[in-house]
Amino acid sequence: MTSEILVKAVDVCKRFGTFKALHEVGLEVRKGEVSCIIGPSGSGKSTLLRCINLLERIDSGAIWANGELIGYRRDGNKLYELSDVEIARQRRSIGMVFQRFNLFPHKTALENVIEGPVQVLGESAKAAREHAMELLKRVGLADKAGNYPAELSGGQQQRVAIARAMGMRPSLILFDEPTSALDPELVAEVLDVMNDLAASGMTMIVVTHEMGFARNVSNTVAFMDGGRLIEHGPSARVLTQPDNPRTADFLKAVQR
Amino acid sequence: MTDTPLPHSSRDAHDIAHLQLVPRKHVGRKVFAAIVLFLVALLIRAFVVGQIEWPVVGQFLFAPVIIQGIWNTLLMTVAAMSLGIALGVLIAIMRISGNPVLEYIALVYVWIFRGAPALLQLLLWFNLALIFPTMGIPGLFEFNTVEVMTPFIAAMLGLGIQQGAYTSEVVRSGLLSVDAGQYEAARTIGMTGMQTLRRIVLPQAMRVMVPPVGNEVISMVKLTSLASVIQYSEILHNAQVIYYANTRVLELLMVASFWYLAIVTVLSLIQSRIERYYARGTRGRTTI
Repeated sequence: MTSEILVKAVDVCKRFGTFKALHEVGLEVRKGEVSCIIGPSGSGKSTLLRCINLLERIDSGAIWANGELIGYRRDGNKLYELSDVEIARQRRSIGMVFQRFNLFPHKTALENVIEGPVQVLGESAKAAREHAMELLKRVGLADKAGNYPAELSGGQQQRVAIARAMGMRPSLILFDEPTSALDPELVAEVLDVMNDLAASGMTMIVVTHEMGFARNVSNTVAFMDGGRLIEHGPSARVLTQPDNPRTADFLKAVQR
Repeated sequence: MTDTPLPHSSRDAHDIAHLQLVPRKHVGRKVFAAIVLFLVALLIRAFVVGQIEWPVVGQFLFAPVIIQGIWNTLLMTVAAMSLGIALGVLIAIMRISGNPVLEYIALVYVWIFRGAPALLQLLLWFNLALIFPTMGIPGLFEFNTVEVMTPFIAAMLGLGIQQGAYTSEVVRSGLLSVDAGQYEAARTIGMTGMQTLRRIVLPQAMRVMVPPVGNEVISMVKLTSLASVIQYSEILHNAQVIYYANTRVLELLMVASFWYLAIVTVLSLIQSRIERYYARGTRGRTTI
């Protein structure tokens, strides 16, 4: 892989009160790469993901995405916090898919997808609708366009959520345990959509417990434990011959 | 014998499974309904034979002065409630803005205007000229407070501002009822704080807010009667004007009661329609 770096985190620290959620974490993800973050609960995987699109503010360190420093503007040797509007602009090109879907319950599947393009990007309703229908078709839900989230299964809701993220034409999509809240028989339909997305060249960072997805789809795997990034490398190597004994222990535990 | 044990043969079980189902009779409900109807009949009879002249009630029910009073009551309800809701939304957003200056302003507002009786606030606004004979910005414009502070303006400010204090609490509970994940999802599609409130959070909060706000509208219809004290010619005031002249006190109070009840009935129907609209996308109602 020699394509450009799309996401770069350097020495990122994040504290919640006295709890150190992230400890000098560094990460690089290249354009078109699918990167899985694995590790035990509470290891800081989701926090790292949420720092990339500023749902959490970092205490120190720096994160770049799409060539921009996230959340701050540099002037001389100081970093100035960006305004609400500037942060909103940075988030436009970073999609996110949540564990609990977080679809807008008062809007239909179609309305969920066109909300951002129309309200934020200023696309015409007609153009946004056409693009949204294309996306819903791609996730296999063209016939559910008029349904409200409460009328859809968990797997269908998550597929709409993926279509919603793609509606913004992002350069990067973050997935925060996208299949963890699903009934087991619904996991596959969501993973299929993610496979398809990966094949189309979308850059993806995926916090997951799905080892099959990490092995078969992702290019790189990062292992986190106790707020530290323990190792990050090609998925085949990290998953079969990890450098670090903690990675090996974790893999043994999840691959019983 | 209510117990039907598991039969030994599957044939017996099959027979039982195909017996006719008889729903519960609910005898208690029917008896209770009969008692209630009887009591209502007694009450109606008491009013019919009581010392009240119903023809006079009928005569004044559609009198022009009363009809004018109805319009003024409706006008005041709309004016005061619009002001109250606008202030309520503003104060609630200030409370959750994260800006400590705005939060304190909102807290003090609610503390003061929820703390004094509505009638007292009406009187204060109406008599504002006693403190500030003239108002305005020096050098730009100036007016006499007495001329501006008409009964209508005084009642609208008095009722609307105290209503804003109550409505802000309703709006705030509505905003808090929306899941944090909704704010986050809106943020991740690039919405600003105000866009998130307007497009995502407030519409969902409406579902929680409509029943209590509807309740407050209904309560406002009746609160407007306080404005009769400062000579605003709403239903009660106009009914009083008539009975001061003809001494038919109870008959005119009946006329006023009729119209208040009629207005509240119509508003309740409108409220249930609005509730249904904002409940879209959620599962239906529940009974215990």
